[in-house]
Parts: sequence; structure tokens; C-alpha cells
Amino acid sequence: MFNIPQNSFLFMAGVFVLLITATSIRLILRFKNADKDYTELRQRIQSWWIMVAIIFSALAVNRQLAIVLFGFISFFALKEFLSIVPTRHADRRVIFWAYLSIPLQYYWVSTGWYGLFIIFIPVYVFLLLPMRMVLIGETRGFIRSAGILHWATMLTVFCISHIAYLLVLPVKNNEAGFIGPVLFILFMTQFNDVCQYVWGKMLGRRKIIPKVSPNKTWEGFAGGLITITLCAGYVAPLLTPLNFTQGLMAGALISASGFIGDVIISSVKRDLQIKDSGNLIPGHGGILDRMDSLMVTAPLFFHYFYYMCY
Amino acid sequence: MNRLLKILFFGLIIKPIVLIVLGLNIRGRDKLPVTGPAVIVANHNSHLDTMVLMSLYPLSKINKVRPVAAADYFLSSGGFLAWLSLKCIGIIPMDRSGSGARENLFKGCHEALDNGEILILFPEGSRGKPEQMSEIKKGVYHLVRNRADTKVTPVMMHGLGRALPRGEALFVPFNCDVVIGDEIEVTEKSVDFVETIETTFNELSQYCLTRNQSSESLAKDSKTCD
Repeated sequence: MFNIPQNSFLFMAGVFVLLITATSIRLILRFKNADKDYTELRQRIQSWWIMVAIIFSALAVNRQLAIVLFGFISFFALKEFLSIVPTRHADRRVIFWAYLSIPLQYYWVSTGWYGLFIIFIPVYVFLLLPMRMVLIGETRGFIRSAGILHWATMLTVFCISHIAYLLVLPVKNNEAGFIGPVLFILFMTQFNDVCQYVWGKMLGRRKIIPKVSPNKTWEGFAGGLITITLCAGYVAPLLTPLNFTQGLMAGALISASGFIGDVIISSVKRDLQIKDSGNLIPGHGGILDRMDSLMVTAPLFFHYFYYMCY
Repeated sequence: MNRLLKILFFGLIIKPIVLIVLGLNIRGRDKLPVTGPAVIVANHNSHLDTMVLMSLYPLSKINKVRPVAAADYFLSSGGFLAWLSLKCIGIIPMDRSGSGARENLFKGCHEALDNGEILILFPEGSRGKPEQMSEIKKGVYHLVRNRADTKVTPVMMHGLGRALPRGEALFVPFNCDVVIGDEIEVTEKSVDFVETIETTFNELSQYCLTRNQSSESLAKDSKTCD
């Protein structure tokens, strides 16, 4: 009824099968160890159901709605970021301008204006926000504030909007349609998080960066890298115009950069001495806790993909 | 009629603003009193404080939640502000001038508590400077000391003084913390009670995710960097 191309439709159905499996495993676990507390696991899986339902519905309806959805995700992410980092009272007005960059950036996306989409935040917002700060005139803490604001808009608006731009690229794989590449990057990134976690739990010994994230191990990283590379090799030809070999490379890129995104946000939280960045998503934490790896994988995959196919 | 107005006001305007534009990090939600008579004591930094606290309640209960507010500020000029405060929010006006007798001062509050309502009180008395606690006043103590039926629940909020501080008209979205603590026992002496509230607020503020937000911490940090 929504006219979803065949491959994308089957892939979405596959994701629901995965979710059903996760829920069944949880119910079995609860049944076997009745005395153990599985609240967090339950919340986590429930939140997955809700997130998948929201994203799939938006993608199924049309491009515009999906772009608006990613705009909202950018808004929640930027808001969360600016809420946990130190900002000056004098920057309130500048922060208001930073929020205004979101509708503009996603407007360029919706019109498919690549040139402006790619320079708006790194050039115009980068140069204009400090100008607005100068007009307010508070110089104490100026450099730090300008740095924080630019970093925040780059990560949460510029990087996340790359997912949305995948929606407006000309369709080159008709079996997947415009939503194929978005499904690909979203699934591979999130699945990579899961795989690195599971492999780490099973085999993890040697820690990579104990100071930042004591749970990250070389074994988990390697396990995730191999799983995602192979998985992407097989999935890419279905959902994107990439072939098997190009898919393998995309998988390796997503897995390695997903790790980087994860530990960058971990470092931010460690610096601020907080555990979660918010509690918007029960069982996961804040939206940044879920978007951390996507903020890095999305632009890197996008530009690899753009170079290979366009 | 008033109840319907209040439900519409919160359901269509306040809840969407608080939950989407603002965004809350809530801790200890299960400790929030669901039935009256009860008193919520919270720190006060912004007009949004009241809206956030009331938004924690479902629309079916919102009629039972009554903020206690300064009569001189909200009612004296009459007009729209007074209409909004009385009809849409349902405040219990409090005379801050100190001219009336103490019994009369709390008359409205006692009536509401007898009715099984939940009062919201800001013991600091006014909003003060953004994200800074002012001295806690003893009014709450005098209200609840002879009411064994009334629970006192402390709530610490952080971040709202940044979203909409005193004297600013521009609303800037920020996530805000709402940390709800355990019930506070009413003590013999008012000094002890005030002290307990103060320490509880300090303890609860440890759980605020936005605690790095205050300009003071930035100033302190930049001093050490110099």
C-alpha cells in the first residue's frame, strides 16, 4: 500500500523478525531465571521496537516526512548536547541561532541543493555564530564557547543531515528505492554496536582505551569488524547500487568509524562526569547515546557512497 | 468548565512545549505523590518550573495540582495574567505583603489540602538568579506542622533558569533535570525543617545531568585554566 520497493520491504520485514527474536529471547530468559532483574533489557528492546516503528513509518510514507523526522532527531541531539556541556549565560541568543540552522539545513536537503547542504554549517554557521557572539560582547570564555557551539552543530546537525541527504540522491537501485541506502547505514551502524558489544562480552580480554571506555576490547572490535564487513558485502547489493566488494569496504568503514563515534561521545560524558546524556530513550539513555556512532558513520559512508556511485 | 479549560491548556499547549521543545530528564518519578493531600517543595528559577511540575501529572489528575503563587505578582495587574493564573493554571494566591494574620495567609492552602489536592510550593519565595539557590523561607513549615495527613516531597529542578530566566523574553530550548526525592519528615523546630530541605536539595542536585551547565562552574574552570 505504501509502495515500498521489494528489497527494502523484505529488509524491513527482516528487521521485525530480529526484533521478535530479541523479545522472545528476553521472555525465555525471564522464564528461566525468574529471580533476575531484566528491567533494563526489557526497556532496551521495547525502545528498539518504538524507534524502528517511528523510522520505518516515516520512511514508508514519503521522503518529506522522513527528512522532517531526521530534522527532529538533529534538534533533540543538539538540545541534549547543549544541555550537558557548559555554556555561558550570554550565549543564550547565539544558541537560539544555532537551533535555527536545523530547519535551514534540512530545507537544503529537501530541495537537493548539494552545494549549500555541504557548506552551510562548516562555512556559514561556523563564521556567523561567532559574529553573533561578538555582538553580545562577552569575551570571557569566548574561545571555549565558540568551539563548543561549532562542535555541537557539526556533530548533531551537519553529520546527522547526511542520513537525510541519502534520501534525495537519484535512485540507482530500483529494487531498493530511495530508502535503501538509509536502511543500509542505519542498520549497519546499529548492528555494529550490537555486534561489538556481543563479541566483546563473549571473547573480550584486551582493552583498547580503558580510560575512556573500559568495556571496549580488541576482540569485540575485531568481531564486529568482521561480522559487519561480511554482512555489508551481502546486503549492499540488495539495498544500494554498491556491489559485493564495494559493500565489504563500506562495512569495514562503518564498523571502524562506528567505534570512533561511540568513544567520542563516551569521552564527552566522562569529561562531564555523567553516565547518560539524557533519558529520552528508556534503557538506552539519551538520544546522543543512540546517535553517537551514527554521527560519525553517516558522513563517512555518505561520501564513500557518493564517490563510488555519483 | 474550569477543569476543561485547564485540561485543554495543559494538553494542547503546555505539555507539548515541556516535553518536545524543552525535554525533561526525570529521576525518581515513582516518588511523586499521586494523591493528596500532599505538598511538593521545589527550587524556583523560572516561570517554567510550575509548568514542568504540573506536566508530570496526567491530564486526568491535573485539576488536583495547585501551585501556590504570589498574589501581588500574578493578580494585582488583573487582565490576561490574572485570568491565565486563576482559570488555566489554577493557582492558590498567596499574600506576600505580610499584613494579614498567619491563619488567613494559609486559608486557601488548607482548603485545598482538605480537598485532597496536591500543592506546589517554592520555599525560596521568588525565582532569584538563574540556577542559584536562594535562602529557604519557613512558610512551608508553618503550613504543614499541624497536618499529619500531608506528605512533603522535595523536587530539585535544574536547567530551567537557562531556558527562560527571570527578566528574559526569549525562550531557548534546553533539556532540564527534574529529580524527585523521598518524603521529608516534619520536625519539631522550623530551623531543622528548613535545613533538611536545603540538604535534600543539595543531595538531589548531584543527580542532575545538566549540572555542568551553570556559568559558575565555567567561571571556576576558566580560573584554573588561566
